[in-house]
Amino acid sequence: MEVLDIARWQFGIITVYHFLFVPLTIGLTAVIAGLETAWLRTGKEDYLRLTKFFAKLFLINFAIGVVTGIVQEFQFGMNWSDYSRFVGDVFGAPLAIEGLLAFFLESTFLGLWIFGWDKLPRGLHAACMWIVHLGTLASSWFILAANSWMQHPVGYRFNEESGRAELTDFWAVMFNKVQLVTFPHVIFAAYMTAGTFLLGVSAYLYMKRRHQADRPMYHRAIRIGATIALLAGIGVAITGDLQGKVMTEVQPMKMAAAEGLYETSEGCAPFSVLTVGTPDGEHEKFAVTVPCLLSFLGTGSFDGTVQGINPLKEEYAQTYGPADYTPIIPVTYWSFRFMMGLGMFAAAGSALILWLTRRGRTPGARWLGWLGLSLPIATTLASSWGWIFTEMGRQPWVVFGLMRTEDAVSPGVSVFEAATSLIVLTLLYAALFAIEMKLLVTYIKKGADPFEEPPDVRAGDADEDAPLTFAY
Amino acid sequence: MELTTVWFALIAGLWIGYFCLEGFDFGVGMLLPVLARDDRERRVMINTIGPVWDGNEVWLLVAGGATFAAFPEWYATLFSGFYLPLLLILVALIVRGLSFEYRHKRDEAEWKARWDLAIIFGSIVPSLLWGVAFANIVAGVPIDADKEFTGNLLTLLNPFGLLGGIVMLTLFATHGAMFIALKTDGEIRHRARALAVRVGAVAAVLAVVFLVWTQARTGSLASAVAFAAAALLLLGGLVAAQAGREGWAFAGTFLTIGLAVAGLFLALFPDVMPSTTDAAFSLTTTNAASTAYTLKVMTWVAVFFTPIVLGYQAWTYWVFRKRISVHHIPTAKLAEVSR
Ligand code: HDD
Ligand code: HEM
Ligand code: HEM
Repeated sequence: MEVLDIARWQFGIITVYHFLFVPLTIGLTAVIAGLETAWLRTGKEDYLRLTKFFAKLFLINFAIGVVTGIVQEFQFGMNWSDYSRFVGDVFGAPLAIEGLLAFFLESTFLGLWIFGWDKLPRGLHAACMWIVHLGTLASSWFILAANSWMQHPVGYRFNEESGRAELTDFWAVMFNKVQLVTFPHVIFAAYMTAGTFLLGVSAYLYMKRRHQADRPMYHRAIRIGATIALLAGIGVAITGDLQGKVMTEVQPMKMAAAEGLYETSEGCAPFSVLTVGTPDGEHEKFAVTVPCLLSFLGTGSFDGTVQGINPLKEEYAQTYGPADYTPIIPVTYWSFRFMMGLGMFAAAGSALILWLTRRGRTPGARWLGWLGLSLPIATTLASSWGWIFTEMGRQPWVVFGLMRTEDAVSPGVSVFEAATSLIVLTLLYAALFAIEMKLLVTYIKKGADPFEEPPDVRAGDADEDAPLTFAY
Repeated sequence: MELTTVWFALIAGLWIGYFCLEGFDFGVGMLLPVLARDDRERRVMINTIGPVWDGNEVWLLVAGGATFAAFPEWYATLFSGFYLPLLLILVALIVRGLSFEYRHKRDEAEWKARWDLAIIFGSIVPSLLWGVAFANIVAGVPIDADKEFTGNLLTLLNPFGLLGGIVMLTLFATHGAMFIALKTDGEIRHRARALAVRVGAVAAVLAVVFLVWTQARTGSLASAVAFAAAALLLLGGLVAAQAGREGWAFAGTFLTIGLAVAGLFLALFPDVMPSTTDAAFSLTTTNAASTAYTLKVMTWVAVFFTPIVLGYQAWTYWVFRKRISVHHIPTAKLAEVSR
């Protein structure tokens, strides 16, 4: 193996892993803040119990999101130093701003929220979680702006002399048209993940005899979660559709690769739901297709023209010089379908459970709990596949049209160093995954703690000598 | 002043902030087995830094991001060059960050002991390695005409680098002990204060040797002033600790670390990574920098947001200003673990 292959595997593994935890973090901060606010508004004890219960699960998840993020920040320099030299001007700025604006906000106000139950007035305490949520949104905005620039570079000029991309228009980078569709898509996906998580965990507990007494509370949580998941699901579908159009415009090869469409289709291109054929999709034996859907996804019109891989390949070779510009077709084809399929499964499951629990109905089938638990897993995996599609579909480019992945890797790093890092991080991450899952399961099984009124700082009933409300 | 100089100063400021803040939480972590006698005391120690350690660590992330944006060449050469030490630092920070959150999640002695080990390892290793890294940056490392680091791990483990590591380690231990003395009450507070003075004396001797050595190698007048002030403040801090003035003592080690790191950056300027292969290959604030436009955008962002960040971080320390002692720690029954 060369350093390039190792570095690519590492980037894929480490980043997909980071993003297993990120959507839940983004979405749950809003859910928790909402639940706490609902408690403040209505005084219903159940809302506070749910707040604290989901916060506990959230913190187990958040911790891994944070520590894996640290690796993200440094691995560009470690494994992709030529990339860093090339794009630092454009790409470094959003990354640095993300730290200053978002990470400080998240970490500081989360600390205040976790330890602040007996130190802050109630309204301010809830506000801290809203601020954390704002931080996660800001964080996503800047990092996605950086990523969108790699999909569709704007606001820069190429300096022949230094061989580097130089920033010329910061706002163009911030409001890249790819960014404008990517950001809502990712955020809706995050809300969908959190909605299904609230729904799934609650459905599981709702079905457990041990938690019988809390059924009304979990019933309510199921319905809140399902509603969020469905609304966010609609958002995901709409924004995904928009992304398809922008993508067809700026990276037509990616859309062709998503369908495995080799020849240009003049009008009414069908979308295949699944295909059985040769692995590269060049010859199909069997396919289930929806007529004209690909045209609609790509162009917004049912008889729009969708360009095929072969003509695009030639066009790219003329523009950028001879090389192979085709991504790995089976990966792009299936990752795109897994993303949509898992998402639709999650949306359908949420709708079903919402229907079954309508108007106070209390279904008793045990499989509902398991169905519920499968939904957040489905949404999380949908996000992973979405990213795998986005990033693999851009290959061989790391920055579309400007820099190839093979030119981005660190020239000075040895195979030994790169392999050590890949092995160490992968093993460590695997171990952490096992630990986190075990903790999550343990704490989910326990269910929400009984209601306990937090001290009211305003009323002066915070006792200086009392044990801390929360301690590590 | 040139924007590149401004950004050199800002990045120095971020590293200073990082070492002054995370320095004490590293110190608290490494002293866990030394200062605490039982699980409750360990929890007292961990809870003094509980609400703030993540915010402290973000200083590192912003320092990294700002280096990427303002001096991409520096970011690329440094992190691809110091590969294995950096990997070790990352692993240490990962297990350490998780241990704070996960340690109290199960009420089993073995579970806790393992995470304690992670905290100790995760605090000692980065302290040592950041010291080694910074000593080497200031002293210079082999860099070729392509701005690539050409050494290996052993290049970095020279006597000067190792001394830098040990100085950083002992300074952080002192700083951490001062923090515990300031933030706790009861027996542990007195133990911490006594330990701070003892470790501090060792740190002072080592630091003086290191700073004089640095000054002799690459120092300027400005770095000499910073180093001298750092040494004096460390002595002042130790005297204050001896006299039972914990606030002053902590301020002393805080400023010592800040000034010592500032001195290192002053000794470095205008290089950012001097080359020992050929001075012409050195990375400097000008040849490693981004374009003026990027720096301008970043300057505006920094001018607006840095005061806000400083404001709310300071406020957090104010909210959690109260000393913690063993009776503040909820018993295991009340704690998360078993209800
Ligand atoms: C819960 C997760 C989830 C679900 C259900 C969907 N997506 Fe998605 N999708 C993502 C999560 C996601 C993602 C992980 O967030 C990605 C990766 C990069 C990005 O912008 O969002 C993504 C990327 C992504 C892209 C690639 C954009 C690019 O490379 O420029 C397209 C075209 C779509 N999605 C379209 C859709 C459509 C048409 C969907 C269903 C109707 C859909 N997505 C459901
Ligand atoms: C928004 C921030 C992101 C940035 C700046 C970014 C940047 C990059 C870079 C520099 C590469 C090139 C290295 C390579 O080709 O291996 C890459 C590839 C890749 N990224 Fe992303 N990425 C981001 C988000 C993600 C996320 C969230 C995921 C997954 C959940 C992801 C998955 C991948 C994968 C799988 C590759 C490998 C493609 C390949 O090597 O063939 N990325 N990305
Ligand atoms: C490859 C690019 C990425 C880098 C360099 C990166 C960097 C980081 C870092 C350093 C942290 C830890 C912050 C802390 O200590 O508090 C983190 C966590 C997080 N990241 Fe990523 N990340 C990347 C990809 C993404 C993407 C694509 C998103 C969202 C769309 C995202 C959103 C978040 C969120 C919400 C958290 C958790 C909140 C937090 O930790 O403060 N990240 N990331």
